[in-house]
Amino acid sequence: MTADVTTDVLVVGSGAAGMYAAVSAARNGADTVLVDKSLIGRGGATIMAQMTVAAAVGEQEPDHWTHHLQDTLESGRGLCNEELAAILCKEAPLRIRELDEWKIGWAREDGHMKQVMAPGHGRERCVYVDFLNTGPAVARTLRTQVGRVGNLRRASELTITSIVVNGGQVAGAVGLNMETGAPVTIQAKAVVLAAGGLTRLYQRNSASVNMGGDAYALALRAGAELIDMEFVQFFPIGHLAPRLVGMDPIMWDPFRYKLGGRLLNSEGDEFVQNYGHAETSDKYTAPRDVASFAILQEVAAGRGSPAGGAYLSFEHIPEADLRAAFGPVIDRLAANDIDLTKRGIEVSPIAHYHMGGVRVDGHMETGVPGLFAAGEAVGGANGANRLSGNALSEAFVFGERAGRFAAVAIGVRVGSWSNEAARSAVEEIMAGRHVATRQSGPGLASMLVTLQKIMWQDVGLLRTANGLANARTLVQDMRWDIGDYPGASDHRFALSMQEWFDLRNSLIAAEAIIAGAQTRTESRGAHQRGDFPRTDVDQTHNLITRLDGEGLSVMVAPLVSKPFDLIPLEAAE
Amino acid sequence: MTERLARLKIQRGGPGEAPAYDDFEVPYRDGMSVLDALIWIRTNKDSSLAIRYSCTNANTCKECMVRVDDKTVYACTKRLGTTPVSVGPLTNKRLLRDLVTDIVPPREKLSLLLGEPSSEE
Repeated sequence: MTADVTTDVLVVGSGAAGMYAAVSAARNGADTVLVDKSLIGRGGATIMAQMTVAAAVGEQEPDHWTHHLQDTLESGRGLCNEELAAILCKEAPLRIRELDEWKIGWAREDGHMKQVMAPGHGRERCVYVDFLNTGPAVARTLRTQVGRVGNLRRASELTITSIVVNGGQVAGAVGLNMETGAPVTIQAKAVVLAAGGLTRLYQRNSASVNMGGDAYALALRAGAELIDMEFVQFFPIGHLAPRLVGMDPIMWDPFRYKLGGRLLNSEGDEFVQNYGHAETSDKYTAPRDVASFAILQEVAAGRGSPAGGAYLSFEHIPEADLRAAFGPVIDRLAANDIDLTKRGIEVSPIAHYHMGGVRVDGHMETGVPGLFAAGEAVGGANGANRLSGNALSEAFVFGERAGRFAAVAIGVRVGSWSNEAARSAVEEIMAGRHVATRQSGPGLASMLVTLQKIMWQDVGLLRTANGLANARTLVQDMRWDIGDYPGASDHRFALSMQEWFDLRNSLIAAEAIIAGAQTRTESRGAHQRGDFPRTDVDQTHNLITRLDGEGLSVMVAPLVSKPFDLIPLEAAE
Repeated sequence: MTERLARLKIQRGGPGEAPAYDDFEVPYRDGMSVLDALIWIRTNKDSSLAIRYSCTNANTCKECMVRVDDKTVYACTKRLGTTPVSVGPLTNKRLLRDLVTDIVPPREKLSLLLGEPSSEE
């Protein structure tokens, strides 16, 4: 018996990592299929990225990838997988130049790529596309490449619900046809999980709708391991109020670099410097975990803004400078009734990125032969706190590698498809199809909101043993409550069925975060425990999560160390 | 103080069916968008309402196009007021259900991958 679709490499998710992986697999000779639950190149985090990309291309000032690595490791608070971090930093310049050849349009100045500072970097290292257009430019450029390369087919509106494993090896996947609600079987010798992160699990987030932790749950259910799931990065100055539409909530960051916006409490005082990091209005250097924690503490002390955050003020900047820095963005702000010369806006930490993720080796392969991961779905490279600008670099570098090594892997081993191995995954979709259509009233969408509140309250910026235990019980109850297959369906645009599979994934990913956070009885980077406020040198290790039956188990694993020599730079001009 | 409400009349149903219309009242917040209201309805009133969106806030995915009072808009940037509005699907695309139409580019259609005949009208 054969599957509905047969290919060499299946790539799940079409953000930057997925598109890069698909292009790379196809160029390396593999028949490739790229699928997305949304539209190709439109969903996911990439297209929302308004910010910068870190790579030691050394065009602005002398730089070398070992210096980028040093900054990455320092930001990671001792927990980075040094092999993955080194790969990320070493290969980022290759990908930046490749995208340049593909005419992405990196901002230029005096004939070279313009590179700017970002917090945690020792040099001007971050490239970008003006104005706030980095992500859309990346998506457009890679979509063009996806369309150009041969032996690459692609399909939107296919939600992968399970990876099929046969005899301990990847054999393909099963998905939900969104238009019809029917199952789709795909035979593949290798599968690349590039389905992004999990920030949608939190009440305040900068996530798109499809960032509910799919990659992690698919990996766990296929028998792969996750690493460092307790480390969720909160972006310190996400937009909170007034309601801002048509703009990514993390948009304020680049303007702080350019202009030096001041972060103020309700009394009009700067406060970040009171939390162990010297920061003044003209130097914006506090790492993300420090700034987030500082805002949280000010709110807890009763010095927060009305909506529960802090003020970001540009009132001290002359209007002409604002206009020069913001460009056309200032008109979009005006349409939102925001006038930066008159008053500050309210900002708050929001869930932004996940350092943890699927555990892979240097080839981006998991412990399940034939199962690869790329992009934010991968854990380990960024340790306990990601250096700014590394997310897109990671998507490009890990995407290119995952596709390349997947294409190599199909030459040396062949996973064999069997309908029997895919049967349970097909049957749970069929079971959902047979449920009476049109269940109205609040449904799974309201359960997700409940989950987001639990995660924000008890598994967010500040965690305690009691809060985590409470959250774990609630999440486990929800896992039980949703049952074994979708409880509502509609055969035309099967959103209710998709939501069930999404929620199943989100609940598994949520519990994986909680399990890691319970095990790590210290505070480090993005993981802050109210009951264990100090970093414990004896916990300078990684935590590995796997699924045993229905239950999650967490184990300690030693760090992956890879010593390197810092290459001296020529004296700056 | 009475709660301010946004009122939406939303077209329901699939291809080949006579369109039905459901009226919803949504708690109004300053600056709220049509998409905010649609998400609120799905979460609190009727999860069977079919809508399409991805990026939610950023207006970069361009997936949330609908008709509001017979004009094509992005639901994420179209502001709501307290005067009632009608919301319907795009009229120049094949209807899938409720507010969702087939906006998938031809070479990215799942039916093509599955080797099925084109579902275009």
